[in-house]
This record gives sequence, structure tokens and C-alpha cells, in this order.
Amino acid sequence: MKKYSVFAVAREAMRHHTGWTRAWRDAAPKKRYDAIIIGAGGHGLATAYYLGKNFGITNVAILEKGWLGGGNTGRNTTIIRSNYLQDPSAAIFEKSRSLYETMSQDINYNVMFSPRGVIMLAQTEHEVRGYKRTAHANMLQGVKTEFVSPARVKELLPIINLDGPRYPVLGGLWQARGGTARHDAVAWGYARACSDMGMDVIQQCEVTGIRSEGGKVTGVSTSRGDIACDKLGIVVAGHSGQLAEMAGFRLPLESVALQALVSEPIKPCMDVVVMANTVHGYMSQSDKGEMVIGGGTDGYNNFTQRGAFQHIEETVRALIETFPMVSRLKMLRQWGGIVDMTGDRSPILSKTPVEGIFINSGWGTGGFKAIPGSGWGMAELMAKGHSPLTDAFGLERFSEGRFIDESVAAGVAH
Amino acid sequence: MLIVSCPCCGVTAEETEFHAHGEAHITRHAMDASDEQMETYLFMRKNPKGVHFERWRHQNGCGKWFHMARDTATLEVFGTYSAQTLAPPEDLLAEIDAKRPGWRDRA
Ligand SMILES: Cc1cc2nc3c(=O)[nH]c(=O)nc-3n(C[C@H](O)[C@H](O)[C@H](O)COP(=O)(O)OP(=O)(O)OC[C@H]3O[C@@H](n4cnc5c(N)ncnc54)[C@H](O)[C@@H]3O)c2cc1C
Ligand SMILES: [Zn+2]
Repeated sequence: MKKYSVFAVAREAMRHHTGWTRAWRDAAPKKRYDAIIIGAGGHGLATAYYLGKNFGITNVAILEKGWLGGGNTGRNTTIIRSNYLQDPSAAIFEKSRSLYETMSQDINYNVMFSPRGVIMLAQTEHEVRGYKRTAHANMLQGVKTEFVSPARVKELLPIINLDGPRYPVLGGLWQARGGTARHDAVAWGYARACSDMGMDVIQQCEVTGIRSEGGKVTGVSTSRGDIACDKLGIVVAGHSGQLAEMAGFRLPLESVALQALVSEPIKPCMDVVVMANTVHGYMSQSDKGEMVIGGGTDGYNNFTQRGAFQHIEETVRALIETFPMVSRLKMLRQWGGIVDMTGDRSPILSKTPVEGIFINSGWGTGGFKAIPGSGWGMAELMAKGHSPLTDAFGLERFSEGRFIDESVAAGVAH
Repeated sequence: MLIVSCPCCGVTAEETEFHAHGEAHITRHAMDASDEQMETYLFMRKNPKGVHFERWRHQNGCGKWFHMARDTATLEVFGTYSAQTLAPPEDLLAEIDAKRPGWRDRA
């Protein structure tokens, strides 16, 4: 692999860009691997990357039924923050946020991490109390956030209308080190780094069966033949239930559609990320100038990667009250992804009833921000059997009643 | 956009009149339930990519609860039926058998 650098750019500029090589190898499956990861989204690729980097396990394949990052990783609105309420969440999300700060250097790929700050608006008295509580919890967890006044919100967001008729802005939870990154680049950068370590990133390879013997995993059946492995990581977001069924166990998950949309590009008007959780809408401005907008999930189980139009309408209607200028924007395109929701709105990073199979799922509407931290923890879990980052997120928490309740804290959880 | 017929009041309308409330026919165990039964009741869901039986409410209409059979992979609505039953009606099951042969193996 050739290293990307300012010198490489200069060199290629001199020779009409004829010297760039493939970013990752187009691999065909081998007969056997030490570890197989199902799903080449951000979480699967990051897991493979840290298996190699932190534990020296490089005889690894990442199997993807479609194309690299074509699942939720390539469909999300890229908000990165770590201002969660519960300690286990703060630990894994803050680890993740801090890894984003150095990711471009670490994997030698520009993921355009932009720590522009995230403001979550408090628009009811309950939300004010809730966010003050979160700010206090974050202080104890060592996550830097603060509760700010409406005047400060206006300073950060000149386009905001503070005294909307239904939901006036009463303050906000501000995380200055939150922000956004380029989603495709995260997937591509990890794929390149994994390929460079000798791993096989195999696209167009759908896992259709999981084989085990005496309660221990032995391999997978795929659209490109059978492949044996000692360890298997299932990292497929909305399709986790289908893969668990192949392995013979069930998961406490439901798959629903989450939609997003972008406007026509306009001049820079907002340099932070804003979330309005009471009315279910959030927004940021991309480097191209488009306003990137999202809202709450659609209401029912869905595997079609498209949602109902009224949810788009609800989201935009909600935002117009607080950001009147949105009403003048033309929307360019809209899309959906299938997100896997757990009962406590926290992820599952866990061993499973089948020895050698590990699952990483349940990131629901908010897992882009968690990609590097989740990969770090999942790799440790797969290599050593446990990890301080993932121990609290085991499957057993549902029967033990030991939830990591982020449903209240997160509201619209992106 | 789903088009839904309410079996309670007979109105056929767009999904905005209705609200989905998740999987139907879930067994709620008595006070002496085991931890596993409780976990299954509260959290474990079939979440099939295909035929799904679910609870709905005619929220902006007659306000009553009912059940629906729907395909989560195509969003086709097979039909709706009374909430006062433990299992889908036979004629609806037969219709689904005809449209989705083999679906019972995956349910
Ligand atoms: C509209 C939208 C907006 C969002 N906004 C945000 C946000 O602002 N901030 C945030 O933090 N998060 C956000 N999220 C959530 C975030 O996108 C996800 O949590 C995250 O991308 C999940 O990554 P993943 O790698 O687990 O899953 P995915 O990226 O979905 O990857 C899973 C992969 O598994 C593959 N797969 C499935 N079945 C098989 C099989 N049988 N064999 C082989 N491969 C298979 C799929 O094709 C897919 O590529 C948003 C999601 C959506 C849909
Ligand atoms: Zn009705």
C-alpha cells in the first residue's frame, strides 16, 4: 500500500494522477480464517482493524453481502458526540470520540473529522432538568459538556428562533468536542488499513448459514462457498436477527427504518450540529453546503431501506418552527436505513450461546459515532473473551434486568 | 405509505390515522413466571424479514386496537383482524400461504 501524504499528492499532480493504486485488494475467499467478521460496515471493519492492530490477529476475512459501507454506515448523518447518561455508555462513546480525533493519522486516510461542536436544545422544562442531569453525570465521567443559556445558544446558532410559539428554547447541552466525519471515508479507510495488514475484505459475499459442532462455531456458508473459522463476529446491524437465527439463538431486537434528507447546497449558515429532541429533528451543514437533516424512526418493523413520507414531513415541520429559514430550502434527496433497536436503546456487544460467536449489534439510530470505540472493545472481546469497554453490554443484561437505559437520556439518539 | 382497513369501524385510510405497537400474540405469563419467560415477554421479538403479525391502534379514528398481518420486506398488508384473539384467523393464514409459500418455516 502506498502511503498518502502531501508529497504523494504533489508527485501525482506532476504525472497526471497515473500513479494511484487500488486502496484495497479485491479478495476471493480462502478455505479457512482464524476469524471471520460478517458485515463490512464501520463496526465490522473497525473490529477487524483492531483485531490486527491491537492483537496481531490478521488471518481475518470481512464478508459483505453488498458493497463496503453500503448499510447504515453509508446512510447516516454522521453526528459524533459522547454526552450520554450512563457510565458504560459514556466510557465506550468517549473512547470512540477520542479515537476519531486521531483516526485520519492512525489509518492514513482523511476521514474529515470535524469537531465543530454539538448542541442539544432543551425546549421543555423536563428537558432542561434532563440535560442538567446529563451535564452533571458527564462531569463525573470526565466527558466535557456544559449546560448553556439561550443567549449562548443564539450565539452558537444565529439562524435559530429562540421563542418559537410551541417550544421556546430554554437552554442547551453543549459538547464542544463533538462534531461530524465523512462516513464513506471511515469505511474505506478501515478497509484499506485491514487489506494492508493482509486481511481479506470480500464484497458481494452473503452469509447464508452458520455452521457449528458441539456448541462451537466451525464456519459459515456463503453465496461464494463454505468458509471455515475459529471465531465469528456478527456485525450486521438491521439483519442481526436473521444471522442469529442461522446460528440458532434469538436477540432482543427490532428492525425499523430511519430516514434522512439533504437540501440544496447553500452558503455557510451554521457551523455546529444542532439536535432538537422534543420535536424530533436535527441538522448540520455539510462541507458542500447542503443542510443534512434527520428525525425519529418510522413506526413499524421494516426491512425495505425506505420509509414513509409523512415522517420526512414531520421532521421538516418540526425544524421550521425553530429554524424558519428551512422553509425556503428545496430538498434534494431522501433515503432510509434499517436500524436495530434494543429495549434499553443501548448496544449489544456480547458472547452468544454458541462458543466462538460474538455479536455486535443494537446500535440503532446512533452507532456511527461509536465505530472506533466499538471496534476497539469488540476486538478485545473476541481476542480475550472480555473487555472493560463491552462487559456491561452483554446479552445477559436483559434477563438480569440490568439495563443501560439511554432511551430517556438520548431521545432522538443520533 | 400503508393503506389500512380498521376491522373495528370499517374505515380504510392511510397509515397516518393509525399507530403501530409491535409484535402481536406475545404470551404474558402469570406472577410465577421464570426470568427467561419474563425476558421473552418483555424483550425477545421475532423481528422477521417477511410475514409479521402486529398490534395496531386506530389512533386518529375510532381509537380501538386491532391486529394486522404485514410483510416487512415488501410492506404489503395482507389483512387486519380482531385484537380479541390469540392467533390469526385461518382464512388470512391461507391467503398468506398462497402468497408466501414456505413462510411458516421461517416464522
Ligand atoms: C438515516 C440514518 C441516520 C443516522 N444518523 C446517525 C448519526 O448522525 N450519528 C450516529 O452516530 N449514528 C447514526 N446512525 C446510525 C448508524 O448509521 C449505525 O448505527 C451504524 O452505521 C451501524 O454500523 P454497522 O457497521 O453496525 O452497520 P452497517 O453499516 O449497516 O453494516 C452492516 C453490514 O452488514 C451487511 N450484511 C447484512 N447481512 C449480511 C449477510 N447475511 N452476509 C454478509 N453481510 C451482511 C450489510 O450489507 C451491511 O453492509 C444513523 C442511521 C441512519 C439509517
Ligand atoms: Zn377504527
